Amino acid sequence: MSKFGKKEKELPAISTASLPDIVLMLLFFFMVTSVMRENNVNVEQRLPQATQLTKLDDAQLVSYMYVGRPKDFRKYGRQPLVQINDVFIIAPTKDQFQRQIINFIESEKSKLKEYQRRKITVSLKVDSRAKMGIVSDIKLGLREADARKINYAAIQGSGR
Amino acid sequence: MAKRSVPEVSAGAMADISFLLLIFFLVTTQIPNEKGLPIMLPPKKDENNIQQIELNDRNVLTILVNSQNQLLVEREPLNVKDLKEKAIEFIDNRGRDKHLSDSPKEAVVSIKTDRGTNYKRYIEVMNAIQAAYNTLRAKHMGITPVEYLGYDEEKASASMKQKYADARKAYPLNISEAEQTSVGG
Repeated sequence: MSKFGKKEKELPAISTASLPDIVLMLLFFFMVTSVMRENNVNVEQRLPQATQLTKLDDAQLVSYMYVGRPKDFRKYGRQPLVQINDVFIIAPTKDQFQRQIINFIESEKSKLKEYQRRKITVSLKVDSRAKMGIVSDIKLGLREADARKINYAAIQGSGR
Repeated sequence: MAKRSVPEVSAGAMADISFLLLIFFLVTTQIPNEKGLPIMLPPKKDENNIQQIELNDRNVLTILVNSQNQLLVEREPLNVKDLKEKAIEFIDNRGRDKHLSDSPKEAVVSIKTDRGTNYKRYIEVMNAIQAAYNTLRAKHMGITPVEYLGYDEEKASASMKQKYADARKAYPLNISEAEQTSVGG
């Protein structure tokens, strides 16, 4: 009887047996909904806000270009640069700059299937503090490379 | 008392292992959130085949943005907030006002920026033009602009698809981007 009395005073421990199940459920949820990070972004990114956004249809057909101030400004300076595939485009002349964009698009196109190559979309992730000069240089390059579908990445917001 | 041959495996560590995996996935993955303003660039310049397209001045809405991010719309300064209304008025004029477009199909929006224009301002301008077209298309389809934005090709019914195509045809998005000025403005 003494055993019985002792038990009454103690609070029963909360069962943690279902904890693994809950965590596993969360884990599966994240595994299904998310994708692996493809490349590290080495530029500052504060995307502009817009209201009239459209979803990109096929993630496979999308290539990314990042524009913004380099995070490592001691090495690369404070001027906005273009990053593709983990490297910056550093070109002294406009022709070389275009050449590099064309090369990038060619390599991206070669990863796609033959019939998809025309549909390649380039998503420009440009920092909202960048100037239009660099953006228009990229656009000229993409025009030369014949990747005409482009997308200005933006986040949903009032735009103010 | 019954003899227990196999001792129970402790499941206490299971939660820890799962947490570890969960945190690993949280760190190494990202949730895809690809949204933006799509545009189509004009084709490459072809030296042999230069087309001279004559546009009536009334059918072109000229938007100039200088390096101070100020707008000049149809030779008059304008606040970017009023651009959407201005664009709607211009596109859906249908020959009423002789300074605005003949019909939505002929209307062209011309945007010219300076190299020093902020990208943010450019997106604001593009967004306003897109908003104007979306509002007009939504009106054409008889739905609200919010419903128009939520349109999904795969989920839409056949009649909705037809309406959507009609609206896009009735209000084609014609944006022309002029070559940039390099300094000042």
